[in-house]
Parts: sequence; structure tokens; C-alpha cells
Amino acid sequence: MNSRILVATVGRILRQLRHDRRTVALLVVVPTVLLTLVYYMYADQPSVPGTPSAFDRIALVMLGFFPFIIMFLVTSIAMLRERTSGTLERLLTTPLAKADLLFGYGIAFGLAGAVQATIASAVAYWVFDLHTAGSSALVIMIAALNAVLAVALGLLCSAFARTEFQAVQFMPVVVAPQLLLCGLFVPREQMAGWLQAVSDALPLTYAVEALQEVGAHAEPTATMWRDVAVVAAVAVLALLLAAATLRRRSS
Amino acid sequence: MVDAIAVRGLVVDRGGRRVLDGIDAVVPGGSVTGLLGPSGSGKTTLMRAIVGVQVITAGAVTVLGQAAGSAGLRHRVGYLTQAPSVYADLTVRENARYFAALHGRGAAEADRAVTDVGLASAAGQLVGNLSGGQRSRASLACVLIGAPELIVLDEPTVGQDPVLRADLWARFHELAATGTTLLVSSHVMDEAARCDRLLLIRAGRLIADDTPDAVRSAAGVDDLDEAFLRLIRAAETTQAGEA
Repeated sequence: MNSRILVATVGRILRQLRHDRRTVALLVVVPTVLLTLVYYMYADQPSVPGTPSAFDRIALVMLGFFPFIIMFLVTSIAMLRERTSGTLERLLTTPLAKADLLFGYGIAFGLAGAVQATIASAVAYWVFDLHTAGSSALVIMIAALNAVLAVALGLLCSAFARTEFQAVQFMPVVVAPQLLLCGLFVPREQMAGWLQAVSDALPLTYAVEALQEVGAHAEPTATMWRDVAVVAAVAVLALLLAAATLRRRSS
Repeated sequence: MVDAIAVRGLVVDRGGRRVLDGIDAVVPGGSVTGLLGPSGSGKTTLMRAIVGVQVITAGAVTVLGQAAGSAGLRHRVGYLTQAPSVYADLTVRENARYFAALHGRGAAEADRAVTDVGLASAAGQLVGNLSGGQRSRASLACVLIGAPELIVLDEPTVGQDPVLRADLWARFHELAATGTTLLVSSHVMDEAARCDRLLLIRAGRLIADDTPDAVRSAAGVDDLDEAFLRLIRAAETTQAGEA
């Protein structure tokens, strides 16, 4: 890896994003609109005294979902475009290392995800009065880490897609089971044993548990740090696997 | 002058089909060599093998004294793909500056390369809004920036008007005069006449490797178009005789 090339690559990816004003607007506005929907859905639901309100419980986890879902899609399409436009082949004939490109995407879209999470969190805390026992900075940190995880999984999956249609189909394959089994809809301890085992193997489960730890405890807990470490390790593993799928020579 | 490219017994199969069938060729340094042949004859595959992005079945390709595709060559070889491979959602200038940064070059050199291909007035436009000819020149600018010793150009003048084509060929010869080696594919015969040497391939085999004058005299005609037709027919007769 070369820091000059890595910085240039991060700058290039962010510049591409900046030229696409509609995408930037959607990244910023959509989470706010969805949080508004959730807020009014649960506004009249009675809450059990002593437990967090339904909005607090769901909005906290949603703050982690937005960057995960959106950065997965954005990355899959961006990497597929590199492949189909010939720019990837050209890049691989230059001094750029494979890690420069993959970590470039990880950093650039990780930053975009962090900005998105910050704005969504600001709305959730200030407009909709979200309550968490722990710090909002930890919520944003975990959401940004989710963005990096999504970028890494998106880069890996794009290697198995030859068209945009295929790339989009990976979204339900990779994202939906993680959303269903992360513990938001049915608490994990109430799931059948085999579902719990599947849930244990999915990285988003750990991200959601980390967010719930921040929601319930004033200080960061050991469980939260362990979960954060698991998510980070899976992201790095996916980036390394993605690097292994990039070949300078093709037939 | 040392040979910039040496290809020995190169065989390439793609999708179960033999695309290159035993190519032997050398390209002298500091020259402009034209790679000609009908569409589907293997020009692009040969260029890909030379820049080291093609999986090869047999043979050896040596570029500037190293095996094609070696890490040490990535600063020294520039490759223009046939389809313009630049970012459509960046401006011409932003594309040029990114590729400059990959080669450790500054913004001034990037801007000069944009001017060299006649795009100074379009430098601030998004590549996606340019015409096809302008887009391929934007792609060419990104190749020229790193001042590579070997430049491999796959049909760089397609879609360019005659004045621009003449300018680009003049630029190629200026580069060759400073010691740069250029390998340029084309299927326009008036461009073949501008090359120092010609490689003609057909159906994955090399059927001529000579100067334009020698190609003309071997075929016994003055017109290169006609000379190529005769060489291709002669090669077909030989192959039919072998079979």
C-alpha cells in the first residue's frame, strides 16, 4: 500500500459522489424521512414503565441499519461500474496496489456512512427525543463501523456479479437475513436453536447488540467492545477476501 | 536500440477458442509500430498480453527487459483500452489529476496532458457529457501523464476528425523521437503509412512484420490497403495448402 495513492483514491471516490448531487441528497434525507415514519407509527403505543419506549428501541437499531443497507448497495454498484467501464483493468496496470483501491473504497464510503449516521442521529436525538443511556458518539461510531462492514461485503459480493441486475439481487441475499435475525423482530433468546446459530454467524447481529448495549448502559460495556471488535474483524476479513478476488490478469 | 517488446511463441485461448496461435514478434525501442488486422483478429488480446493483463496459454512476452505484467513495469508502461476507461462522473481535469497521482505526478503535468490532447477548453466538463471522440481523448490524456517508456494504444484515433488525427499522430512521433516506444492498433490503412513498422495479424497469426515500404514491395503494390489484401489472401492460400 502507498499512502499517496490511497489518499488520491479516497479523494477520487468522494469527488465522484459529490458530482452526483441527487445521491448525496438521498443519502441525507431518506434516513430522516424513515425515522419520521417510525416516530409517528409508535407515537401512540403505550410503553411498559421501566423499559425503553418502542421508538427508542427501534430507532436506535435503525441508526445502524441505514449506513449498512445503503453503503452495501452503493459499493456493489460502484465496484461493478469499475469492472464494466474498464477503469478497474486500467487501474491494475498502474502502480496502484489492490489494497489501495479496496481500502480507498472502505475509507471513502465509511466517511460517507459516518456523515449519514451523524445527521440521522442528530435528527433522532434532537427532533424525536431519542433516549439512550450511553453516549450518542458511540452510536455514531458503531453506525460508521456498519458502513465500513457494508462496503467490505459489497466489494466482496460485486466480484460475483457480472451485471447491475445481479449486483442488486445480492442485497436481499446478504442484507435481509441479517436484518431478520439480528434480534430486532424476535429477541434472539426466543428463537429456535438453529436460528440462533445462524444469527451468531451474522456480523450485523453483533452491531445491533453493541447498539443495544449503548442504549441500556451509561458506560461502554465489555460486551459492546467485544461486538465492535467482531464487526471490525469481519470487515477486514471481507476486504482481504475481496482483494483475493481481484486479479490483475484475466482471461 | 534494444527491443522494447519481444513476443515468443505466444498462444492465448479465450472461452475455449484459440485467439492467438503462436505469435513471434519484436518491437524496436523508440519507434511507432502499427498493429493492424481485421476486427476479431486478436489485436486487443495481443495488446493485453503485452501489458500483462491477459492470461496466456503458452509462450513468453518480455517488455523493457522484464516479464510482461511485472510489478516493476507498472510505472513504465501506459495502456489505452479500446473503450475509453475514464470515470464518466468526474471532469476531464479530475480524471487526469487522479491518474497523475497514481504515477506520482502533479497537477501541472495532468493539466499539460489534457492540453496535449486538445481538451483544454473542456477540462472542467464531466466526461459523461463529452462526445465519444472527446471521451477517448480524455482517456488518452490519462495514459500520457506518467511519461511511460512504452505506450500501448488500442485504436486511439477512432471517432476523431482528420485534423485531430493528424495532430495525435504528430504527437506520437514526437514521443518516439524522445525514445518512447509506441504500439498503436488501427484498422485505418492511411494510419498504417504513418508507422515506422507494421505488424499485421489475421486469425491469431502474424502475417507481416516489416516497414510500410517493405510491406508494399513484398506485395508488389504501392497501395497499403491493396498490399494487405494480397498478403491476407496469400496467407489464406498457404493455410489451405497446409490443411
